[in-house]
Amino acid sequence: MPEELDCRYLLCPMPVIRTQARVAGLAAGDELEVVVTDPGALADVPSWCRVHGHEVVEIREGDHGVHRLRLRVGGG
Amino acid sequence: MSDRPKAVALISGGLDSMLAARLVQEQGVHVEGLNFYTGFCVEGHTHAIRQKDQERPKRNNALWVAERLGVPLHIEEVIESYKEVLTNPRYGYGAKLNPCLDCKVFMVRKAREWLEAHGFDFIVTGEVIGQRPKSQTRDKLPVIERDTGAGDRLLRPLSAQLLEPTLPEREGWVDRERLHALNGRSRKPQMQLAQELGLETWAQPAGGCCFLTDAHYTARLSDLWQARGSKNYDIDDIMLLKVGRHLRPLAHLKLIIAREAGETHFLQGYRRRYPHLRTVSHGGPVALLDGTWSEADLDLAARLVARYSAGRNAERVDLELEDTEGGVRMLSVPPMAPEAVPAEWYIGA
Ligand code: SF4
Repeated sequence: MPEELDCRYLLCPMPVIRTQARVAGLAAGDELEVVVTDPGALADVPSWCRVHGHEVVEIREGDHGVHRLRLRVGGG
Repeated sequence: MSDRPKAVALISGGLDSMLAARLVQEQGVHVEGLNFYTGFCVEGHTHAIRQKDQERPKRNNALWVAERLGVPLHIEEVIESYKEVLTNPRYGYGAKLNPCLDCKVFMVRKAREWLEAHGFDFIVTGEVIGQRPKSQTRDKLPVIERDTGAGDRLLRPLSAQLLEPTLPEREGWVDRERLHALNGRSRKPQMQLAQELGLETWAQPAGGCCFLTDAHYTARLSDLWQARGSKNYDIDDIMLLKVGRHLRPLAHLKLIIAREAGETHFLQGYRRRYPHLRTVSHGGPVALLDGTWSEADLDLAARLVARYSAGRNAERVDLELEDTEGGVRMLSVPPMAPEAVPAEWYIGA
């Protein structure tokens, strides 16, 4: 199971900022699951990943407005 | 990594900082972007709240720009440290509550610290001489390099040819001839430059990069400070000032009334911080109560909320008042007539 980062009820860009802080402490190849409720994060977190060379492995949009993004940290 | 020179570019999400970063990037400089989140930035979440805005793209402009440029973007949350800038600006405010010069100094100083921590060589900003009446006049620019300690490591590619050569120019890291001499308020040269650089342009929000230049928003912020008797605020205050109708029927009581379902949903998230009213006999908005009230004040507030419900023409409307612990009490009032709501009750409408 990947580590989880709870960003529920945070509005953008806070989920990105929290993701950035958490990823800074991870190593290449590590996975992180980011849980969000702001739909804006579904665009912003992947965008942040692309510019930093991390991979979005999976996005699961939940029924109750809770979404999950699974990231794999890039080689840096 | 080669020993290419390295620049950190302030990326606001606007066109100018994008062009500035591209100009140095084009000259072979390694560029990374830095963006600050003060809480007042005009962001996608305002769209996320209001349903009618859900069609609009929900994106972070700075990230979008970074993607177009193909540079890493570092976003720093500065909500706490920005308070000093906003509440006590050394150089004062612009037309609204925008402390632009202090804000620039704050951000360039942070960039200088970032540069030192990461071993970068210089800082790039999208400033253009004379573009903003207060913060970007020619005599104000030197204040920024002086107050921030950035000195001649601060490069403004869009106006560089009108300014003294900076370190990156003197060292030959960038060719001054390929920088620009933009000056003044016209946006045309930027549009043209964007085209030359092959960058797509887009409609920019008028005014600025943050809510502090917005007349409605700053009227609400001034009202908040006045009611509190101090220039205090936290992140929830910043967010709530962006949402709903704000009415102050009494000096000691403000109502925040949702305008539609998206806002109702958002305001409900604050029900453990503020007592709220909601209509039960008819469809209607949620309204947060900020302040103190007597029975008569509460009656007034309930009638005001009823006025915005589907029961606005009914004899009476039933409402619930829920306190922050979840305790509920019923009220039944005749809705206020629209013309009975004085215009001065609306804050920043
Ligand atoms: S518009 Fe807002 S973010 Fe931009 S410089 Fe002025 S105060 Fe700062």
